[in-house]
Amino acid sequence: MSSYEYWVAFVTIVTREVRRFLRIWPQTLLPPAITMSLYFVIFGNLIGSRIGDMGGFDYMQYIVPGLIMMSVIQNSYGNVVSSFFGTKFQHSIEEMLVSPMSSLIILLGFVAGGVARGVMVGAIVTALSLFFTDLALTNVLVTFAVVIMTAVLFSLGGMVNAIFANKFDDIAIVPTFVLTPLTYLGGVFYSIDLLPEFWRGVSLFNPIVYMVNAFRYGVLGVSDVDVGFSLLAIATFTVILFAYVLWLLNRGVGIRS
Amino acid sequence: MTEHNAAPMALSIRDLRKTYGGGTEALKGISLDVRQGEFFALLGPNGAGKSTTIGIVSSLVNKSDGQVSVFGHDLERERGLAKKHIGIVPQEFNFNQFEKVFDILVTQAGFYGIPAPRARERAEHYLRKLGLWEKRDSPSRMLSGGMKRRLMIARALVHEPQLLILDEPTAGVDIELRRSMWDFLIELNGQGKTIILTTHYLEEAESLCKRIAIIDHGRIVENTDMKSLLEKLHVETFILDLARPVTKAPAVEGFSVVQRDETTLEVEVPKSEALNDVFSQLTEQGYEVLSMRNKANRLEELFMRLVDRNLPEEASA
Repeated sequence: MSSYEYWVAFVTIVTREVRRFLRIWPQTLLPPAITMSLYFVIFGNLIGSRIGDMGGFDYMQYIVPGLIMMSVIQNSYGNVVSSFFGTKFQHSIEEMLVSPMSSLIILLGFVAGGVARGVMVGAIVTALSLFFTDLALTNVLVTFAVVIMTAVLFSLGGMVNAIFANKFDDIAIVPTFVLTPLTYLGGVFYSIDLLPEFWRGVSLFNPIVYMVNAFRYGVLGVSDVDVGFSLLAIATFTVILFAYVLWLLNRGVGIRS
Repeated sequence: MTEHNAAPMALSIRDLRKTYGGGTEALKGISLDVRQGEFFALLGPNGAGKSTTIGIVSSLVNKSDGQVSVFGHDLERERGLAKKHIGIVPQEFNFNQFEKVFDILVTQAGFYGIPAPRARERAEHYLRKLGLWEKRDSPSRMLSGGMKRRLMIARALVHEPQLLILDEPTAGVDIELRRSMWDFLIELNGQGKTIILTTHYLEEAESLCKRIAIIDHGRIVENTDMKSLLEKLHVETFILDLARPVTKAPAVEGFSVVQRDETTLEVEVPKSEALNDVFSQLTEQGYEVLSMRNKANRLEELFMRLVDRNLPEEASA
């Protein structure tokens, strides 16, 4: 295939992915909007007003970047894991496997679909947050770099989950038992500096701490961890995971007999 | 010499082997050549290795060893070029149940690098050709079984491949639809497309295909043109319906006759003997034959003999 044909194939996958999550918007776009609005009302307004400042900002402002990041993580992961597993389950993945597309294009297409949903939900949550507080971007480059890299990383994570999943239970286990606890303990609602030294040290092994804090730095200009190190860590994990997923697809793990 | 002998090779398989994870040896080194323009049948009982062979050619199954090339392009080294030439119609429905019929075709064309405007034109052409244009905006799950089969054929053709492989395309479809699909396949073959068909309907293979390979237990047990294959059938069995009931089978010299019921006889006729002899002897003995038919499709009879011959000891015991 020529580079133009590869481009057409890539755009085809992305178009299909975007069309899919837009078609089922009550399952994909609406729930995070409602959930995050509840977080803003309950944690931000009702409880937050009693908590006072955190990191030099009122509590609502402090948690908004973390909640946006949580939406990006959950939705980029959720999009790829459900879409890719769905194509496996319905065998429609065979449409792609019989075509001349390379595994790289398939991977890039699904990841781009995951990033699109992650970013779109992130934008919706950001827009909703403006009804509750003011936000000003301190560092635009860091903000967007973190959002995109995190969405890519978790799209890749969703892909790994979908590749190894054999039944629908398998795609629910990781988000429920791994992703959600790591996100809630990833400094979304609190500064890890508030934790006792031991638990602060433990938190530093949670990759989501770096993403949430790097994003909070981009928006508010404060972070519990070094932002340069955070960006480097996210980029490194992304590259490693990308190479791993490509290797899995090239070998046909979970998709070819 | 057939008219296709000078044509280039559409599909060439050499010593193809496949052993699945559990140790099942599905293919034990098959070799097969299909020339451009041929209408080729791949037959075999369930579990013989047909779907594994097609799975490897269509890149859905990883081979264990051997080579596959499509129009001279090695499926491993020139995967993209080889795959562009192949259109696959699988046995099971494998499209997204929630996508619209039209979108399924346009998306499939996109996977082959065909830009959207051209993909839409082709989707319309093939949906009209296969009588699905009125259903273009329906989600595929709303189609009937026959429509879904036609959708899979339209999808396999949307990138205009030169080699079309159909895995049991008429399984479970009614006679009328089967006949119309046959006509469409004949038309495609007439336009120069090479067609490989697996089927359980041996009548289908005999009617459509000029060449045939029979695969059993992962090996090719026969690979020849249909005419030569049918010539190998030394004995045909005919069923005779008699005008009046009989109490026992009449003796007909040189033929084996079995009574099936009081008005039906089964007669085995060797190729070397004339069927007239049977009727002469029966007439002399006062039997009146009302009608006659083949016990089984000729190819079916031969198929059973070939496959029976190849049965493992424990299965034939």
